[in-house]
Amino acid sequence: MRELTDGSTAIVRGAVDAGCDFFAGYPITPASQILTGMSREMPLVGGVAIQGEDEISSIGMCIGATMAGARAMTATSGPGISLYSENIGMAIIGEVPLVIIDVQRLGPSTGGATTAAQGDVQFVRWGTGGGYPIIALAPSSVPECYTLTMKAFDLAERFRCPVFVLTDKELNLTATTVDIDAYEKVPVRPRSRMAPGESAGAPYSYQPPDAVGPIATYGDDTPVRFTGSTHDERAFITKDPQTVGALNEHLVAKIENHQDEIDMVVADIDPGADTALLSYGITAGSMREAVRVARAGGRPVSALTIQSLWPVPEPAILGLLESHERVIVGELNHGQYRREIERLAARKTDVVGVHRTDGTLITPQDFLEALS
Amino acid sequence: MNPTTVTTLGSYRNDSPYPFCPGCGHKSILDHLNEALVELQADPMKTVIVTDIGCAGLSDQYFATSAFHGLHGRSVTYATGIKLAQPDLTVIVVMGDGGTGIGGTHLLNAARRNIGVTVLVFNNFNYGMTGGQHSATTPEGAFTTTTPGGNPERPLDICGSVGVNGAGYVWRGTSFDADLTQRICEAVTSDSFALLDIWELCTAYFVKSNQFSRRALESTLETLGFQTGVLYREGRPEYSRALRESARIPGTVPGGPVPVEQNWSASLERPFMIELAGSAGGRVRSAARIGALAAIRSGLYASQRDDYPVTVKTGHSLAKLLLSDRPIDYAGSDRPDMLVILTADGLGKVRSRAAGLSSDSIILTVPEFADIESGAEVRVVDPASLPDRVPKADLGLLALAAAVRHSGVFPVDALRAAAAEGPFGESNAAAVEAGIRLAGL
Repeated sequence: MRELTDGSTAIVRGAVDAGCDFFAGYPITPASQILTGMSREMPLVGGVAIQGEDEISSIGMCIGATMAGARAMTATSGPGISLYSENIGMAIIGEVPLVIIDVQRLGPSTGGATTAAQGDVQFVRWGTGGGYPIIALAPSSVPECYTLTMKAFDLAERFRCPVFVLTDKELNLTATTVDIDAYEKVPVRPRSRMAPGESAGAPYSYQPPDAVGPIATYGDDTPVRFTGSTHDERAFITKDPQTVGALNEHLVAKIENHQDEIDMVVADIDPGADTALLSYGITAGSMREAVRVARAGGRPVSALTIQSLWPVPEPAILGLLESHERVIVGELNHGQYRREIERLAARKTDVVGVHRTDGTLITPQDFLEALS
Repeated sequence: MNPTTVTTLGSYRNDSPYPFCPGCGHKSILDHLNEALVELQADPMKTVIVTDIGCAGLSDQYFATSAFHGLHGRSVTYATGIKLAQPDLTVIVVMGDGGTGIGGTHLLNAARRNIGVTVLVFNNFNYGMTGGQHSATTPEGAFTTTTPGGNPERPLDICGSVGVNGAGYVWRGTSFDADLTQRICEAVTSDSFALLDIWELCTAYFVKSNQFSRRALESTLETLGFQTGVLYREGRPEYSRALRESARIPGTVPGGPVPVEQNWSASLERPFMIELAGSAGGRVRSAARIGALAAIRSGLYASQRDDYPVTVKTGHSLAKLLLSDRPIDYAGSDRPDMLVILTADGLGKVRSRAAGLSSDSIILTVPEFADIESGAEVRVVDPASLPDRVPKADLGLLALAAAVRHSGVFPVDALRAAAAEGPFGESNAAAVEAGIRLAGL
């Protein structure tokens, strides 16, 4: 059986099936359908959805609700991520599991509200002070909107950090036919909650640096502290260099030492190909179409779809770079992810960009021309 | 120091000493807060003190309750999230007057909603931690490091602002008031958004720069005409519970996939796109949706991309209906196989693309636009030739039906069936019949 649906609807369903029970958001095209969808769905699963007075309050409410035991999600577009910025940092330092949907639109500033773009790729990675890692996933189809939303909830719990789902106007607002069995459910781990009496209220642990401790929740049987300042393991503010260093090393190590649990790519490798296409998000759909056309015309070509943009899935990309003479990167920006590929290529493999920032999509023909 | 060894009976303080300057009002207010918690016998596990930044923002560290220390001016947003997730928690916000400026909108909206948190404003008219800059509550004429010639701004009436916007409990007074403990108790137990505007002295800056004193504090209240005491008391439903109640819509069920039955079949050798170019109000998008559902009923894959101005109810409305016999990875093509031009608004948006089409595309349009410049074959249908007048809102679906009949891309019976569903089934079905008839004329 098939249905006619869009990315926004799939994200809402993914969130519900992942156990999300708190949503706060502020209207913004092209993310508003997620707000309206969650407003409808949350009460049906015993959760709460609220339209905040602005983006800052929306993510603030999500962080507060998570500390009170909720599984929270918010959704916005680039201008809203700008306003989320400080609280993204707070979710990082306070180790708050949180899913943030960024439905990209053309920027900068108000830009084009109903215009396709993939301009927030580096922004979500570096979108708050301090330079600490986040995780970002990028669906390239409506079923992936569902699956990767669930995956984002799982990774948020695993690593106690904000996880972005980076989608775009085109994926979220275009109605598409989907085979219903294409929606792949992924397991979402339950929250690791502190057992009664455990650690006498110390909600964090930094040793070993990559260990992620259970979460203490307001209302449980021990007082729980939370702070957006540099803190010790009991969440008291500190400037002690050893403690501060341990905290900040922990924030990096817990993600970077476990990249194998995060990396998600779809590799479609033709051993006879000298050239590979690489893309993500909506542009990966064009890439797949181009691959079909090229192969039908007798041209061997490989393709790599990046589903986990951050941290960069380096082993898969290095493998691609080593086995091909040329890698063509397609994205709706001026080369934000291409720079990561160029960094890994270290000038040993040709890296070519296919880019558009005119509000139209990269076409299969664009890839085919780069390929010829 | 062990923050968990206090009992619920004697004190809610831990054994860490306050860090505040001698004579600062913060200590006194926090002692009243501690007394209030003792009087209420608050459960430390169920009590969360929420702060933001600055000297007042340090307050949570000295209590054995739960705590949330967040970003400047945003404490009310965190408190709201906590209360929404667990309505049974006691949530107390401690903020300085700085927070009432940067976080003013949060205060107003929390009051408007009547979310059941208590806000204690430690109001000493300046930013103490960052060097004595003026705030939203600095009295007119007062000297601060950023108003060296005297503050030209009118101070914010915090109580008035939240009071007229629905706060359930609002009190103004000073850190010297003996009834402060009692007022905190009233606020916390009010089961509503409660705010206490507590005037106090910043001995590091404001007292020094303005020769300010307890007497000056009281006379400033008088000069400004700011009343003291309990100023607002209103019994409205508490928001975290009211939201849960109001959000439930009887009969609504969770939105899972909506499968479409496949009762017809169609075969396509390559993707086929029908683009509808009309005006807002012509139900162009709903026509395309019916077309997409009909295509799915015929075993095809369909996608629908819409383009309309932000004004929604005026101007052009375009819908691209792409059909394929396999899943659609790219729906962005600008070359329709059949371009249906219904109105001048639609024509205005597609004129240049129409001109670029070649003879393997077809333009289907009304007599008004019969002389359109295009390399495509132009076919004209005339709704006026039908016995009944076609309403504007049915034009899109009528034209789509004509396009489907013309192209044979999927069976018109599938379109009939898709059109007959839903609240406008009868008029939609009539529009489809009219379109089929028109295409056959």
